[in-house]
Amino acid sequence: MSRIVLDPTGERTVETRERLARPSSLEGKTVGLLDISKPRGNIFLDRLEHRLTELGVRVERYAKPTFTKPAPIDLRHEIATKCDLVIEALAD
Amino acid sequence: MVRPSLPDGLVVVVKEECETCRTVAPVLAELAKAGERLTVYTQDDPSFPPGVDALHDGDLAVSWHHDIETVPTLIRVVDGVETERTVGWDRDVWQTFTGYDDLGVELPAFRPGCGSMSVDPFLVDELRARFSGSLLKSRRVEIADAEDELEALFDRGWTDGLPVVPPTEERVLRMLEGTTRAPDEIVATVPPDLVDVTVEKVAVNAVMAGCRPEYLPVVLAAVEATCNNEFNIHGVLATTMPVGPVLIVNGPIRRAIGMNSGVNVLGQGNRANSTIGRALQLVIRNVGGGRPGGVDRAAHGNPGKVGFCFPEDEEGSPWTPLAEWRGMAPGTNAVTVFPGEGPRCIVDQKARTPEDLCASLAVGLRGIHHPKLPLGFDAILIVGPDHGRLFAEAGWSRDRVLEELNARLLIPGAELVQGAGGIVEGLPESFRDQTVPMFRPGGILLAYAGGGAGLFSAIIGGWANGDTGSKPITREITP
Repeated sequence: MSRIVLDPTGERTVETRERLARPSSLEGKTVGLLDISKPRGNIFLDRLEHRLTELGVRVERYAKPTFTKPAPIDLRHEIATKCDLVIEALAD
Repeated sequence: MVRPSLPDGLVVVVKEECETCRTVAPVLAELAKAGERLTVYTQDDPSFPPGVDALHDGDLAVSWHHDIETVPTLIRVVDGVETERTVGWDRDVWQTFTGYDDLGVELPAFRPGCGSMSVDPFLVDELRARFSGSLLKSRRVEIADAEDELEALFDRGWTDGLPVVPPTEERVLRMLEGTTRAPDEIVATVPPDLVDVTVEKVAVNAVMAGCRPEYLPVVLAAVEATCNNEFNIHGVLATTMPVGPVLIVNGPIRRAIGMNSGVNVLGQGNRANSTIGRALQLVIRNVGGGRPGGVDRAAHGNPGKVGFCFPEDEEGSPWTPLAEWRGMAPGTNAVTVFPGEGPRCIVDQKARTPEDLCASLAVGLRGIHHPKLPLGFDAILIVGPDHGRLFAEAGWSRDRVLEELNARLLIPGAELVQGAGGIVEGLPESFRDQTVPMFRPGGILLAYAGGGAGLFSAIIGGWANGDTGSKPITREITP
């Protein structure tokens, strides 16, 4: 006789979305630099900002309140609204 | 299944196997003969009772839905609504109930009833599944004849690496008997996938973990305590550090569900200790989608991440319970969740004063994660009877012990700065002339538990604390 068990998962229907195509050029784009607030992430992002600014790319700097939690929705919305690309510094 | 309604008039539920029902049988025939509007349901023998056209409640649907616990049960129904009921045989009560002053005069004055078949322990799980199964909303997953059911649960990725109990409808419904909360009530939103978890889904995972129904309220409170922004299970899961939720249970429920706060309190061997924390972790895995190698990025992890739960020994403790210290009313059933690594042992077999013991415990506490990284992590200190005796004899309260420990954990900055002691790790040079406390205020959680012999205490190191990371949360356990 077959047996029935109950699904222990959240039974989510995962929505998949296509990634945006990579831009062929940074010309005229705004790049967001997101510091997750781990030590020394700022050093990496400072260097990137320097390099990008040299190329004439507009840069916006952002930081998560703490590296241990997902970025707040308002911060994500602001980045999505103001930037064409985002680079996130993850490491210590 | 639709609840069968009862006809108006007198309704009696009986079974032939019951001696009291057989005793009452002539009374039922008498009532039928008198033209009383009477409906008799018989649970076992359709021809019983003699002289009455009984309806056979063969599938026990009537008995189940009308909560018949005892036979005979006599019910009055008016306009489809039950207005009165009595169980067993009590001549005076039956006479008043029916209005027949001479009813059953030849029978004994009183006979207790028998258990209804609908509450027979050997039938009740099957009946609950048959009649209440539709309450359960979870997807039904069919396992083929040729499939080993334990292997099937491994194959679907639903286990933590150990076998789980298959969550059948019968078992989940039985688990739900452990709480008064409705199966569809939302308990919490579980990270990392941020999925609303119902009481039912927690019950499914509690079955899988091996819990008994009476543990379910503790599991539910643990899920609530863990899945919120303050405890931040998302971060506890995602961190590369070796921590997971550590649960400490307080209140009378510890003993009511048979938890172990004594010998081998942090080890294996007690079902409640071993399965409650596991149920929480299965909820995070299965409902929240938090899996090792996925969002869980622990470099090493620790064996307690299968599940880590223990009670305080409140009866033996010289102190007020931890939950009370954290703001709960005395005697409250509560669970405290802490982001902890595995426990380590602090040996001190020479101290004979509380001051001397504190000196050793402080050195042990300084060692969590790194002796040169103060303030970033909290810790649990678990003191057992042999060490606790020194504090009890000296009359040291919980706060006094913490005060004495913290006084011994004020570290000169010169020992902490980068390079000090030949160790690169440490604080910036600017701390050199400061004195730095190892723990933030309230950063040590003191618990009392353990076996009666052994001059040891245990320490559980924490994780990034406070607003940056995680705060311990204490939550009341409700029925």
